[in-house]
Amino acid sequence: MTVTAPPEVDREESTGRVGDVVFAGISRGSAIVIMLALAGVAVFLLQQGLPALGNHGEAAYGKDNIWAFVWPLLFGTLLASVIAMLIAAPLAIGVALIISHYAPRPVAKVLGWLIDLLAAIPSVVYGLWGIQFLALNMVPVYKWFDAHAGWIPFFEGPVPNSGRTMFTAGLVLAVMALPIITAICREVFAQTPLMHQEAALALGATRWEMIRLAVFPYARSGMMSAVLLGLGRALGETMAVALVLAPTLIVSFNLITAERSSSTIAANIALNFGNASGSKIDTLIFSGLVLFVITFAVNFLGRSIAARGQRG
Amino acid sequence: MAKSIDVSDLNIYYGDFLAVEGVNMTIKARSVTAFIGPSGCGKSTFLRSLNRMHEAIPGARVEGKVMVDGQSLYEPSIDPVAVRRQIGMVFQRPNPFPTMSIYENVLAGKRLNAKRMSKSDADALVERSLRGANLWTEVKDRLNKPGMSLSGGQQQRLCIARAIAVEPQVLLMDEPCSALDPISTAAIEDLIAELKSDYTIVIVTHNMQQAARVSDDTGFFNLKATGEPGHLVEFNPTNKMFTNPDEESTEAYISGRFG
Repeated sequence: MTVTAPPEVDREESTGRVGDVVFAGISRGSAIVIMLALAGVAVFLLQQGLPALGNHGEAAYGKDNIWAFVWPLLFGTLLASVIAMLIAAPLAIGVALIISHYAPRPVAKVLGWLIDLLAAIPSVVYGLWGIQFLALNMVPVYKWFDAHAGWIPFFEGPVPNSGRTMFTAGLVLAVMALPIITAICREVFAQTPLMHQEAALALGATRWEMIRLAVFPYARSGMMSAVLLGLGRALGETMAVALVLAPTLIVSFNLITAERSSSTIAANIALNFGNASGSKIDTLIFSGLVLFVITFAVNFLGRSIAARGQRG
Repeated sequence: MAKSIDVSDLNIYYGDFLAVEGVNMTIKARSVTAFIGPSGCGKSTFLRSLNRMHEAIPGARVEGKVMVDGQSLYEPSIDPVAVRRQIGMVFQRPNPFPTMSIYENVLAGKRLNAKRMSKSDADALVERSLRGANLWTEVKDRLNKPGMSLSGGQQQRLCIARAIAVEPQVLLMDEPCSALDPISTAAIEDLIAELKSDYTIVIVTHNMQQAARVSDDTGFFNLKATGEPGHLVEFNPTNKMFTNPDEESTEAYISGRFG
């Protein structure tokens, strides 16, 4: 029996190989550019921000030291973002479930588009909407809270007639973070293995029970990382908050007043950078460094939870 | 507890597509009924129509009647969820819930029906169900391990334990052994023979020897032609089917002269 020799492939002349090399080069280059950009930002923030560590008095906007300046802003940033997540996360999970499991396909498609459109609205538009529409319409709600739940520190008046409060900022951020959380949850829900959903249905589960038995356990880590990525978005949001909140350096849990409400790092930088000079610039950049570290940590946590979910 | 099923003039559609046409049969209580036939002939679809599982696919609907102990399954007033609590199902690939322990898997269905159960009742039910599925001795020392840590055959028996824990009247099995090795297959077949005394069992199988070994009655499904709907060619006691079938095409299929 004769064995036919495999046909000689002329590797040198194969265009596929050249394409391989070029493509590998391009993708490696892109990866390096991204690393350099990130490192560049980090180096810039460290270089410009760290000298502000010793700032106090005038250079720290009248505070005794830099931490007394950054802390209220950091607090405000976290408070606004947490309010946003408390509102956005259940809403986003609900909408994602409607799209993936409840609505008939045409309706789900349209709903998906609408949610994606929310992501395309510029943040300054959200800010304007926040001041001109949302804030004003929330005033009666705040007044009601002040009257009926004023004994809780969150809801102590007086309520400003402009409605520009921490809670309004949180609401605007919630709407802005909605699309990313919904999009990720929708994808994860839709990937739930059919056989586990059928297992639940065959046991006599209603649709909601099926979702609790099969979909949520499968999607838990995905939902968690979706919320953290949404949180990352809310932490760094600038324009919308800058328009809604007045820049004050106060640590306060109060959600519905103007005088005693905190501001956020990003908004504070946007509002003050134009007038800043000398060491005040360093101070603002240092607050930017703090925000960078926090946002980076939140995103990193989100990604690592998502990765852990995929492994096991 | 076990109930008989009467099917008359059943047509099953996916949207406008007629998948199975004109099925008439009586499935006896406390017996094993097997469906055989080539792939795509509608035997799984028909099986799923017996507990309305096919409705999980949008657009699926039926015409005709399915009566379980005199009660029509497709009355508008009948909730498909209630139907599935009475008529359990075991699937082709073992599908224990991946995040749950063996113990929790067995209780999953029961937890839906009865919210509160005392620890001792739950323990007793888990033991009874696992014993019923011939799995108790193998897993009794690791009930809190994940269900996915078991072998394929054990997982399938866990799924059977989960199905019988809700005390259904009928147990539907959709090629329950097709993903298993011969030893595990034998274990499941033994189990089917035991379960027959308590449940009405309907099984779809591609393995003709399996149908001959485990079933009392056999139904042969086939396509009239490519693109035509599937239909029931012959339904007879298994003995007769495998020795002296009424239809020539049944004999051709069983003896391997298929075409």
